[in-house]
Amino acid sequence: MSGKRTLEFELATTGVDTRGRPVRVPLGVAGAATAEDDEVDVSGHHMLLNLGPQHPATHGVLRLVVELDGEVVVRAIPHVGYLHSGFEKLGEYRHYNQIIPLTDRTDYLSPMSNNVGLALAVEKLMGIEITDRCRVLRVIACEMSRIISHLVWMGTMAIDIGAFTPFLWTFYERERIYNFQEAWTGARLTTSLTRVGGMMADVPDGFVEGLREWCRNFPKTLDEVDRVLSRNGIWCARTQGVGALTAEEAVNYSLSGPMLRASGVPYDVRKDRPYLGYETYDFDVPVGEHGDVYDRYLVRFEELRQSTRILEHALGRLPDGPINVDDPRVILPPKSAAMSDMEAMIFHFKQVMEGVKAPVGEAYFPIENGKGELGYYLVSDGTAKPVRWRIRPPSFINLAALPKMAEGNLLSDLIAINASVDIVMGEVDR
Amino acid sequence: MNPSVGALRERFGRRIGRAVVSCGDSVVYVDPAAIREVLRWLKETAGQQYNYLVDVTAVEYRDPERPLEVVYELFSLERRVPLRVKVELPKDGALELDSVVPVWRGADWLEREVYDMFGVTFRGHPDLRRILMWETYAEGYPLRKDFPLRGRFSRSEQVRQALNIHPEAHYSMEELSIADAYQDLPADVRERLSRGERGEVPEQPPESR
Repeated sequence: MSGKRTLEFELATTGVDTRGRPVRVPLGVAGAATAEDDEVDVSGHHMLLNLGPQHPATHGVLRLVVELDGEVVVRAIPHVGYLHSGFEKLGEYRHYNQIIPLTDRTDYLSPMSNNVGLALAVEKLMGIEITDRCRVLRVIACEMSRIISHLVWMGTMAIDIGAFTPFLWTFYERERIYNFQEAWTGARLTTSLTRVGGMMADVPDGFVEGLREWCRNFPKTLDEVDRVLSRNGIWCARTQGVGALTAEEAVNYSLSGPMLRASGVPYDVRKDRPYLGYETYDFDVPVGEHGDVYDRYLVRFEELRQSTRILEHALGRLPDGPINVDDPRVILPPKSAAMSDMEAMIFHFKQVMEGVKAPVGEAYFPIENGKGELGYYLVSDGTAKPVRWRIRPPSFINLAALPKMAEGNLLSDLIAINASVDIVMGEVDR
Repeated sequence: MNPSVGALRERFGRRIGRAVVSCGDSVVYVDPAAIREVLRWLKETAGQQYNYLVDVTAVEYRDPERPLEVVYELFSLERRVPLRVKVELPKDGALELDSVVPVWRGADWLEREVYDMFGVTFRGHPDLRRILMWETYAEGYPLRKDFPLRGRFSRSEQVRQALNIHPEAHYSMEELSIADAYQDLPADVRERLSRGERGEVPEQPPESR
C-alpha cells in the first residue's frame, strides 16, 4: 500500500497577509453583489406549515395544517384520526360490562369518570337503581378524575407557554391521586372501576382517611400555582384576550365544559341535568366573562377547588352498605357462592357466557367530565350487546372550534389556544 | 312525552312521524326532507329554544330491513329540556340529508363523522370529507353493519396500500391548493381539483385479496 497521501489545493486567501497578520474581509461585500437578485418579494405570499402529528405542543397526535401570512394564522385545518381505534364498532361486539375497559382508553386522563358514565348509561337503559354507597363512591371517582384531568391540563398548558415549575407541582399532586386510584382499582390508568349495577370493588382500608388528608393539603399546592401564574405578567400577556369566543359562538359550536363556561354560559351537566345526586352537594359552578384562554384557566382553576369541596363533602357523607345492587341477573355472585351454590353458579355462568340483556330501547346519558359533556348513547335490540354505542366526545367537539379561535392570531398563540381546549386524542379519535 | 312533540305536530302536520318515549327520553321522527326546517324552528321558536345541539350521530340496526337513522340530540339551555329528533333513511334509497351546519356550526365535524362512518351525504355541508379515516380510505363505511370488524381488505392488502400511499395524499385537496403545489401534483389530482371536487372517496379497487 502507498504511504501517506496528501491533498493539495489552493486557498482563495491564505488568511494572512505578507506580514503574517490576519486578512480582514469587509462584512457584506461578498454577498452584496447577488443579494438583489435573490431577494423575493414575500408580501402576500402565504406559507403552508404542517404542525404535528408528532409534536409536543399538539398534546398527542393532532395534526394542524396552518396557512400563515408572515406570523399570522390565516387558516388552521386540524386533521384528526391518527389514534382512531374503532371503539364504537368494537363495542357492538361486546357485552355491556366488556365495554367498560374500552371507556378507560378513550379519555385516558380521567378513566374513572368514563367508567361511571358508561355504567350510568347502561343502568338507565336497563332501569337499574344503584345503592346509596355506590352513588357516593361514584361521585368520589368522578371528582378525582376531574382533578387529575385538570391537573394534567394545567401542567401541560404551563409548559406550552413556557413555565415549567407548575408542571412539577401539578404532576406531584396527580401522582398522589393516582396512588389512591391504584389502591382502589389496582390500576393507575386502565381502572375499569364500575360494573353495571355497582362497582368493581369497594374502597380499601385507609382510603377515606388518606383522601381526606389529601383534600386538606391540596389547596396549598393550588395556592402556589395561583401565586406563580394568575398574576404573572408573561402568563397574562400570553393568555388574556387570546382565542376569545362569545357566549353565542360557544353555544353555536356546541362547546361544553370549561370551554363553554369560560364564555359565560353557566351550563354544567351536574347542575342542569343532575345525576348521582349532585343536586344535594354544595358546590359552585365558576363562569368566565371574556371567553379567552385566561378565563378558561381561571374556570378550571376554580373547578379544582370546587371538586375538592365536593370530595370532602362526599367523604363525610359516605354511607355504609352494599356497593352492588341485589340482583343476581346483573351482578356476579361472590366467588365462594359461585363455587358452592348451584343457583349462584348458574347465574355466574349465564352472566359470563350470555351477558346481561338490556330491554329494547335507547338511552342517552350525559355526565360532566373534566373535558366537558361526555355522553353515552346506547341503542339496544334486546340482546346482550348494544346495536350502537356512541360516545359524545367533548374534546372532539371542542376541538372543532379551534380554526375559528386561531384565525387572525399569531402562530405562537395557536399553541396557547390549542392547549386551552384541553384535548385528549384518545377521545377525539376514539 | 315532551310537549314540544305536540307543538311540532301542530306546526308541521304530517311531516312529523311517530313519537316514542324510551327510558324517559322523548324521541320524535321527522320527514327527512324537512329536517333542517324543523330543527331551525325548534332552535329559534320562543317556547322551544332548543339552542344547544348536543350530538349528531346515526344508528344502523342489525335487522337489514330497518332504515338507517340519523339522530339529533337537542337540549334547551334555557328550559333545561332534552329532545331527540330522528330521521329515517331507507337503505335502498340515496343516503342524503340536508346539512344543519347553517343552523349550528357545531354540526360541522359531527356530520363529517356520520358521513365518514355511515356514508350519509349531507347536502350543503361546507366541507364534507372524511374525518377519522383518511381521505383516500377505500374500504367503505366502518360503522355500517355490513362492514366486517377487521375491515374489508385483508391485512396484507391494508399493509400494501399503507406502504404505497402517496405522501401528498395526507394533505387535502384544499390544502394543496393553498400550497401553490398545483403544478407539481399528479395529473389525476389536478384533474379532480379543476372539476372543483375534493374529498371524494375513490372507486373501490377490484377484489384484491
